[in-house]
Amino acid sequence: MLKYILPLVLFSVLAVFLALGLNLHPSEIPSPLINKPAPAFSASKLQAPEEKLSPADLKGKVWLFNVWASWCASCRSEHPILNQLARQKAAIIVGLNYKDEPIAAKGWLAQLGNPYDVSILDQDGRIGIDWGVYGVPETFVIDKQGVVRYKHTGPVTPDDVQQVFLPLIAKLQAEN
Amino acid sequence: MKYLSIIGNRSLRCSRQPLPALLYLPHPWGRTSCILAVVFLLVLSGIAYAAGVSPQFANPEQQEAYETLTSELRCLVCQNQTIADSNAELAADLRRQVYEMLQQGKSKQDIAQFMTDRYGDFVLYNPPFKLKTGVLWLGPVAFLLIGLVVVFLFVRRKKAESTMHAHAEHGNENAEKLAKIRSLLEKGDPS
Repeated sequence: MLKYILPLVLFSVLAVFLALGLNLHPSEIPSPLINKPAPAFSASKLQAPEEKLSPADLKGKVWLFNVWASWCASCRSEHPILNQLARQKAAIIVGLNYKDEPIAAKGWLAQLGNPYDVSILDQDGRIGIDWGVYGVPETFVIDKQGVVRYKHTGPVTPDDVQQVFLPLIAKLQAEN
Repeated sequence: MKYLSIIGNRSLRCSRQPLPALLYLPHPWGRTSCILAVVFLLVLSGIAYAAGVSPQFANPEQQEAYETLTSELRCLVCQNQTIADSNAELAADLRRQVYEMLQQGKSKQDIAQFMTDRYGDFVLYNPPFKLKTGVLWLGPVAFLLIGLVVVFLFVRRKKAESTMHAHAEHGNENAEKLAKIRSLLEKGDPS
């Protein structure tokens, strides 16, 4: 009897592990920043390089922090969705212009529309390292206390906006 | 127009920088020769890299720390490479970060901590033993133990079977011999 059951059991165990493996996303690395204070920076604004922005300026507000670059192809597919999200005015959207040329970045915004309340410059990628950025685009959600609450890697889709971002933003807006 | 850039860059990739005059091969050389020349230069650049084109340090300890750290930190874009091996831009940035922190006199532990604070344990090729990484560390040992137990049970069963078999065979032989002896005794030796 055991002779027949054992292979079946082994096969089932193997099948379960393989099924789990198929549904894993090894390229999505969990961020250790979740529920930690937003990493500090003081960065020049893209549209006004003499002005600086730091996370402290955004205390008391729920904001999205979207990492983008004009050289990034998937940012282009994400852009209309961000534009739409910006029109809903659910939260402040801050852009991190990552390892980009300011001229190219400005051209991109002029051409495709600007969903960002403000974009800041990170030409040498140092702010990116502090935020654990390993690809573009990435999007963080920061609450009123300046704590990182969520991280999304890869382009944001309309489904993500409806099912994750908008409910989370609404929840965070309700907090004090 | 894009050019292949080799000099001044560890990787072969397209950039908008003009090439050194050497690589503008004269036309009569033809295409094959051009490809051969590029291959030759690639081989050379490989040798140069293997010979250790790494940043300069004040003392050998820092050099050693740099080499250990960059070979223990994972490049997150190309996940099966260390930041020492990878040509990804992020890897270059992280190497720069390691270099700068060493120059500031930070220890290996400080730098490893800096990286895990930002990228999580995944950035370390040698993850720390924690509840979350327990399966990773104990899994192979557990599987080895399971394997040993299975082999042990299997061998024991086989052994028991074969000795039983042997007993049984011996028993048969004995019974045959006994029967023969008895019949001989009863009938008397015919010879």
